[in-house]
Amino acid sequence: MAKTYQAGVKEYRETYWMPEYTPKDTDILACFKITPQPGVPREEAAAAVAAESSTGTWTTVWTDLLTDLDYYKGRAYAIEDVPGDDECFYAFIAYPIDLFEEGSVVNVFTSLVGNVFGFKALRALRLEDVRFPIAYVMTCNGPPHGIQVERDKLNKYGRALLGCTIKPKLGLSAKNYGRAVYECLRGGLDLTKDDENVNSQPFMRWRNRFEFVMEAIHKAERETGERKGHYLNVTAPTPEEMYKRAEFAKELGAPIIMHDYLTGGFCANTGLAQWCRDNGILLHIHRAMHAVLDRHPRHGIHFRVLAKALRLSGGDHLHSGTVVGKLEGDREATLGWIDIMRDSFIKEDRTRGIFFDQDWGSMPGIFPVASGGIHVWHMPALVSIFGDDACLQFGGGTLGHPWGNAAGAAANRVALEACVEDRNRNGADGLEKRGGDVLRAAAKNSPELAAAMETWKEIKFEFDTVDKLDVAHK
Amino acid sequence: MSEMQDYASRLSDPASRKFETFSYLPELSPEAIRAQVQYICDKGWNPAIEHVEPENAFDHYWYMWKLPMFGETDVDRILDEAEACHQANPNHHVRLVGYDNYAQSQGTAMVIYRGPIKA
Repeated sequence: MAKTYQAGVKEYRETYWMPEYTPKDTDILACFKITPQPGVPREEAAAAVAAESSTGTWTTVWTDLLTDLDYYKGRAYAIEDVPGDDECFYAFIAYPIDLFEEGSVVNVFTSLVGNVFGFKALRALRLEDVRFPIAYVMTCNGPPHGIQVERDKLNKYGRALLGCTIKPKLGLSAKNYGRAVYECLRGGLDLTKDDENVNSQPFMRWRNRFEFVMEAIHKAERETGERKGHYLNVTAPTPEEMYKRAEFAKELGAPIIMHDYLTGGFCANTGLAQWCRDNGILLHIHRAMHAVLDRHPRHGIHFRVLAKALRLSGGDHLHSGTVVGKLEGDREATLGWIDIMRDSFIKEDRTRGIFFDQDWGSMPGIFPVASGGIHVWHMPALVSIFGDDACLQFGGGTLGHPWGNAAGAAANRVALEACVEDRNRNGADGLEKRGGDVLRAAAKNSPELAAAMETWKEIKFEFDTVDKLDVAHK
Repeated sequence: MSEMQDYASRLSDPASRKFETFSYLPELSPEAIRAQVQYICDKGWNPAIEHVEPENAFDHYWYMWKLPMFGETDVDRILDEAEACHQANPNHHVRLVGYDNYAQSQGTAMVIYRGPIKA
C-alpha cells in the first residue's frame, strides 16, 4: 500500500524509535550518551539523534516518498541508564550500511557526528562507541603495514619499541636537531620523533630537517648495528605539500614518516596511509586536538571511537596515553582502546568501556604509543600494562638525563630489557612490585641507568582523571 | 649526583655494535638462557637457532641451524641444539628465536652466545 503525503512535523519517535528492531550483522551500530534538555522524553531524544544522523530533517518533505525511507533510516533500538549519572542515558542506534560510502571514514563521521551535535533539544551529546561491521571494515585500507610488518622491517622482537620526541618542541636549527636525534639513536633508542607542531617553520624548514635527520639515522645504524628510524612529520598546510614532503622522505630512504590525523583531517590521512602502503614507508600518527573532542564526559567523541577511525583510515602507530605519565587516561579505559588498536577481535566489555564486539578481520593492528611524562621508574608498570606490542616514548626521560641523550637512551634501553628479562622469567604478574629491585640490579651494570634513577626518583603525576568510566554511584 | 661520564660508542670500535633484544644487558648466564627458552615454550612458540659472523649481524637473514624445532617443548633438547650450533661456530653470534605462527612473526629473538668482536 503506497503512502500518501502529509505535510507537517511528526514526532521523531513515530519513525525512528524501534525497540523491536534486531540489528543486522551489516549495520553500523553507535552508542551515544545523550543529555537531553529538561522535559524531552528519552525515546524522543534518542529518535531525534537517529534521525538527524541519518535520513531525517525537521519536517516531512514530499521527496521522502520517492524513496524507501524505512530502509535507509537510522533506528534507535535501545536505551540504557548511564551508571552514576541520572541526567543522561545511552541510546543505541543502528544504521544500514548503505548509508555510507565504502572506505570513507570521512563520510561515516560526517553523518554520525555532523549536525546532530548542535541539535537544540540536546544539552550535550557524546559518541561513546561505534561497531563497524566486518563488511564495512573490508572496504577500508587500514594501517599501511601493521605491527608484524613493522617488527620485521625494523628487526625488533620480543620487546616494546623505544622512542623519544625531540625537544625543545620548537626553535632548534635543523643541524642541531639532527644532533639530538643522533645522540638518542646511538644510545639505544629505536626511533625518535618530530614533535607534532614541528612542520616547516622559518627556524627549521622541513627539507633541511629531513636531510640532517637521515644522516643521523644512517650514522647511528652503522655505529650500533641496529635498525633505526625517525618519524619525519609530513603534516602540511595542503595535501599537495604533504605528498611533496613524503616523496622526499622516501627519496632519502626514511623508514617512517608521521602525520597528525585530526588536525590534518581524515581525508589527508587516508590518502597518506594509502601512499605509505604503496611506497613501503611506515606511518606514525599523532593525535593533536583529540582532548578537545574526547575529554568531556558528556560531550564529544570518545577516544575509543577516534582510535577505531584511525585504524580504518590508516596508521601504523597511534598515541594511546600512558596511564602512568603526565597526560589524562583512566587505566581500564586505556586498556580497552589499546586492545581496539592491536587485536583482531575485541569483545564487548563494559568494565573497560567497550559497548560492542568489534571484528577487524585481517586488518593489521596498530602500535599504541605511550608518550608523555614517563621515565625509567615507570618502566616496570609500562611493560606490565602494554606488553611488547607498544612504542614507549621517553622525551624528557631521555633528553633530560644529566649526561645527555645517549646516556638517557641507554638508561631506558637497559631498563626495558631488564624488565622484559624479568617478566619472561617470572611472569607479568607482580612485575610492578618487583620493578624497583629489577631496576636497581640492572643499574649495577649500567652507570647510565643508575644516574637516571637518581635524577627522577621522586617524580609522580597523581592528579585525578577527569574523564572516568561511568560507574554506579548508588 | 655522580660525575658526568662520556658515552663511549664508536664507529671505529666493533664492540660498540649491538644486536637487538637483551644486547644492552650483560651476557645471559646459562640459567638465564634456560629461563628464556622456557618462556618461548610456555608461549607455545616454535624455537629456532640461527648464527652469523658478528660483522654481518646487521643482515636480516642469519644462517639457520637446521630447521626450527616445531612443536619442541623440551628445554634441554633446545639448549643442546643451541650448544651444538655454538660448538660448530664458536666465532659466531648465536640467536635464539621463538617463531609465533599465529602472529606470522617472531615472538622474540635474542643473542645467547656472543661471538668475539673483531675489527
